[in-house]
Amino acid sequence: MLVDRVLADVRAELRKQVRRPAHWLLLGVAVVLTLTFAYVIPYLGYTGRSGERSRGLESMLPAELVGNTIAGTPVFVGALALIFGVLVVGGEYGWQTWKTVLAQGSPRLRVFAAKVVVTTLGSLVLVLALLATGAAAGLGVALLQGAPITWPSLPALLVGAGGGWLITTMWAMAGVLLAVALRGVALPIGLGLVWLLAVQNLLSAVAAPLVDWIASLQKVLPGPNAGSLVSALGAPSGTPGVSEVVGAGQGAVVVACYLVVFTVVGGFLLWRRDIE
Amino acid sequence: MGVMSEPVETTALTKRYGDLVAVDELDLTVRQGEVYGFLGPNGAGKTTTLRMLLGLIRPSSGSVRLYGVRGTAALAGVGALIEGPAFYPYLSGRDNLRVLARHAGAGTARVAEVLDVVDLTERGRDRYSTYSLGMKQRLGLAAALLKDPGLLILDEPTNGLDPAGMADIRATVRRLADEGRTVLLSSHLLGEVQQICDRVGMISRGSLVAELAVADLGTRGLRVVADPLTEARTLLTSLVGHGRVEVDGDALRVDVPADRAAALNAELVHSGLAVRELRPAEVDLEQRFLELTGGGSRAR
Repeated sequence: MLVDRVLADVRAELRKQVRRPAHWLLLGVAVVLTLTFAYVIPYLGYTGRSGERSRGLESMLPAELVGNTIAGTPVFVGALALIFGVLVVGGEYGWQTWKTVLAQGSPRLRVFAAKVVVTTLGSLVLVLALLATGAAAGLGVALLQGAPITWPSLPALLVGAGGGWLITTMWAMAGVLLAVALRGVALPIGLGLVWLLAVQNLLSAVAAPLVDWIASLQKVLPGPNAGSLVSALGAPSGTPGVSEVVGAGQGAVVVACYLVVFTVVGGFLLWRRDIE
Repeated sequence: MGVMSEPVETTALTKRYGDLVAVDELDLTVRQGEVYGFLGPNGAGKTTTLRMLLGLIRPSSGSVRLYGVRGTAALAGVGALIEGPAFYPYLSGRDNLRVLARHAGAGTARVAEVLDVVDLTERGRDRYSTYSLGMKQRLGLAAALLKDPGLLILDEPTNGLDPAGMADIRATVRRLADEGRTVLLSSHLLGEVQQICDRVGMISRGSLVAELAVADLGTRGLRVVADPLTEARTLLTSLVGHGRVEVDGDALRVDVPADRAAALNAELVHSGLAVRELRPAEVDLEQRFLELTGGGSRAR
């Protein structure tokens, strides 16, 4: 009975989110950015005048699919995932629909659990779409250049997809937490992006080389751990956010810990606070 | 669910925001089958009370029971429209209701039924963002009906509507009540409460200051015309006490409940006085409202 009600809440949430145009726009932006920075620009560099400074043809071939497509998850794809998470929950505050939903009798935590499930599924769709895009682009490059077509092994593909899914879900849940904590959409997105795109980079590029304890702090922050994880999975060095601060194991564990903490704290705040 | 439990029972229900007491030890009972008007000026604590009934706001102290049950489980037989309709603007009216029906555990067949009840079937496929305010309010009512609830909690359902929209919503609410549902309707409009409700509770500064039948809302005490008037005044004063009988032109105004009319009439006649008129004394509704609620709204 409880399982049926939970599934009903998940189905309600799915209908709500799948039909929201903003989510598809985010997915489209993620695909276009990945295609542009992982394939189009490197390909233009390889075939153009600056070919000698390009990353080389090998970096665009299907064998590099995993690293190429999840390289953006620590920063720009992560930012889009964070916006997705904010929208999933923050919309209920913006449109004041929490009262409409909760007046139907679903307990808050059950509705929140449905949102977590849908956010997690949405992150999976995002990563799979990026992998599919990367596969198509890599195949195109190989065919255009007459290069051998070698796909990553299935385990490598699964581990890479899992790593990317873990990271995007972690950022999406950060968005969920910000939306619940700040009860809205605009401020959570603004603050989340400031952290993800500015503060995180300033800490790693400017502060960490100068101050030892900030360098140590990098080892427990979500961004550098996500960057280390994708680096271990084959993301090209030099991509914004990709780093080697910690090993892949620690990176995965720390990112998973943030995911759990964001989820639990978000659920607790929603359960505890008044819906005004 | 207890068989004898009332649809709504609050006991010493209190909500504080720091030093501000928004709702102050409120004891409220809404009986089965009645339309109860929750009347009060803006900022009196009506919406805060209704939100506590629905579990959207946690009480600082006191308790809420709906059909004798506490907590979220109590909402099984309750439909609500709180502080205006709120839906997803990118979905159609029908899809909004489908989403809510899943949350409510109601069958999707119910969506068509409630759209029909509020006369929105033809516009059900249109996006919510294209609806007029009146249509949005009717969709809110439809959402409240998804569970086919025995108790409807409606918070100022005609707010912002034009006269035709108001009349439409009031007629719908009255029809739903005539089907046997209990309705708790908050409003700051006296006329609205008088048109729709059976009983009214008046709230001011978070406290219930009066509770009476709507039939008594526009009356206070009795108007008596008898000959000779002076002797009638003396007799009535001896019967009801000093300060409760006033001369009002050629009549007397007696400050007693209307149900004492028959007894007083018998005494007057028994004393040989000619009673020409004895009926509930009408008072100005707005004046009555202001007297009972102690004035207008307050800043919150």
